[in-house]
Amino acid sequence: MAAIVEMRGVQFSWSYKGSDVLAIDELTVQQGERLFLKGPSGSGKSTLLNLLSGVIVPRSGSIAVLGQELSALSGARRDRFRADHVGYIFQLFNLVPYLTVIDNVLLSHRFSRRRRERVEQKGARAEAERLIGHLGLGSELAYRKATELSVGQQQRVAAARALIGSPELVIADEPTSALDADTRQAFIQLLNAECQACGSTLIFVSHDSSLEPLFDRRLSLSDINRAAAVREN
Amino acid sequence: MFMTGLAIRSLWNRRLAASLTVVAIGLSVALLLGVERIRTDARTGFTDTISGTDLIVGGRSGGVQLLLYSVFHIGNATNNIGWQSYQEIIRHPHVLWAVPLSLGDSHRGFRVVGTTKDFFTRYHYAQDRSIAFAEGQSFDGVFDAVLGAEVAEKLHYRLGQRIVLAHGAGDVSFIEHNNMPFTVVGVLAPTGTPVDRSVLVGLEGIEAIHVGWEGGAPMPGIEITPEFALKTDLTPKTITAFMLGLDSKVAIFRVQRDINNYAGEPLLAILPGATLQELWDLVGVAERALLAISMLVVLVGMAGMLTVLLAGLEARRREMAVLRAVGASPRQMLVLVIGEAGALTAGGMLLGVVLLYGVILAIRSYLQTHWGLHLSAGPLVSRELALLSGVFAVGLLAGLLPAWLAYHRSLADGLTVRL
Repeated sequence: MAAIVEMRGVQFSWSYKGSDVLAIDELTVQQGERLFLKGPSGSGKSTLLNLLSGVIVPRSGSIAVLGQELSALSGARRDRFRADHVGYIFQLFNLVPYLTVIDNVLLSHRFSRRRRERVEQKGARAEAERLIGHLGLGSELAYRKATELSVGQQQRVAAARALIGSPELVIADEPTSALDADTRQAFIQLLNAECQACGSTLIFVSHDSSLEPLFDRRLSLSDINRAAAVREN
Repeated sequence: MFMTGLAIRSLWNRRLAASLTVVAIGLSVALLLGVERIRTDARTGFTDTISGTDLIVGGRSGGVQLLLYSVFHIGNATNNIGWQSYQEIIRHPHVLWAVPLSLGDSHRGFRVVGTTKDFFTRYHYAQDRSIAFAEGQSFDGVFDAVLGAEVAEKLHYRLGQRIVLAHGAGDVSFIEHNNMPFTVVGVLAPTGTPVDRSVLVGLEGIEAIHVGWEGGAPMPGIEITPEFALKTDLTPKTITAFMLGLDSKVAIFRVQRDINNYAGEPLLAILPGATLQELWDLVGVAERALLAISMLVVLVGMAGMLTVLLAGLEARRREMAVLRAVGASPRQMLVLVIGEAGALTAGGMLLGVVLLYGVILAIRSYLQTHWGLHLSAGPLVSRELALLSGVFAVGLLAGLLPAWLAYHRSLADGLTVRL
């Protein structure tokens, strides 16, 4: 199996002279893996996710996603790379309020030709509607405005957007923290199933260890981030 | 372009604030274009007052003053011209035609112009338009009068109406020539020039009503009848001014110099076009100030737009993080906000142009009849298009500040918005 993410000797600080908020010696995620990353607040979680999606670059060390060294790319190329290969789900407020549900799902296509082409033969709208249906949302919701949906429904729309066009990597940043216990499990199972169907690797970040059993592999960010350990001591 | 579409949909989501901004910009643009159009049309209307006349000659005074009293009927001449001098000057080899003007009487506030029949063929306005009769024809008899369009309309006079002229040019005249009434024989079509507000009679008529006035006032106790006046010599002794047409444009300055150096009496000859321009430059300060103010109003409209964009920015940090997550670059955030500024400005400009034509079509006939101002409803001219492009540029420039903020925030926020 090929590595989807490979991090080596990564150090990051927000300012040039400031102390590191993130220092990871080694982190590898294999293709097709569904990784649970336990990240309480202050563990450098946001920094890691911003690094993985190429919004920021490390001070030193190497981050390769799909074998591509991210810091070797310009800012604009990293944005393109993210659009093409990464699906991202936020904790909350995933949707652009003035777009319909289906337009929110298709938003990923607007910035990625690659993902657009992947669903072209199936028809982009049909594929979006299929995903919305698969994630347990009635097709009648597809043309509603995003703001008319409940939080749980919004998160599922976000999942559909992250998955459409089958990106290699899906990053979910506490996507279930706003959901209640029952819908939480169901959401994760759906997400897992869809990632498997799309062949996407999933990195799921949460501080809720009760969700751990639902994933192939579990890691605690506090364990692998030396900077957080230093600060806690 | 997707970002522009997104900008428009984002604005639609905030349509109340957005439409108020568009209305504010629209009103300011309509004002700006309206002022510009009225300015241009007023200037054209003004400089079109008289054309085809090469020189206007009067007693020596200021050029602007001569133009004002001879063409616009504002103010009075300080000196008259002797009939003898007139006769000598029109014998100048370059003179093609001459039309004498005798001013100083009025009818119910409208100036009376004593002249010859040539006036109707020689007086041109708006480049090459000449005077037309709406009714009747030129004066023929000594006591015939022709009315300008506005005089006939305001006083409800028809052909055959008997009118009495008054001595002096004020609205209220104390001495009336009521012993010698005139008969209306013609009414002129509207011209948009001071001719509309004139009563035109023959020079002999002016002379006739002043028979017995050799001392500057009627001789007491002597009632002069029209029959008596007609028997006297009605050749005028003086006239107020005269218009000259020359055989070549090249001769204008030479004839002007000859008249200004005329030994018989102090005279002044002016080129009407040049003096009209001089006069307009005098009053032009006001119209330039008006244009400057309307430009400031556009800036106020833009400031309103800036407020709306800046206020929206804070509320939209989440939205921008979402767009960043699906692969939008910070530069595209810049484009998004600039696009919004552009869409608001363009919407305002469109509304402004629609308002402009709406108002022009609504008031142009009123302005034409009551103010004599011809307002053009033609397509936008290059100066107006330049103003519009200026407005658009200012709109984009105003959008630059919120766009720059959006760019920097989305760089700093990345995918995690710290609120």
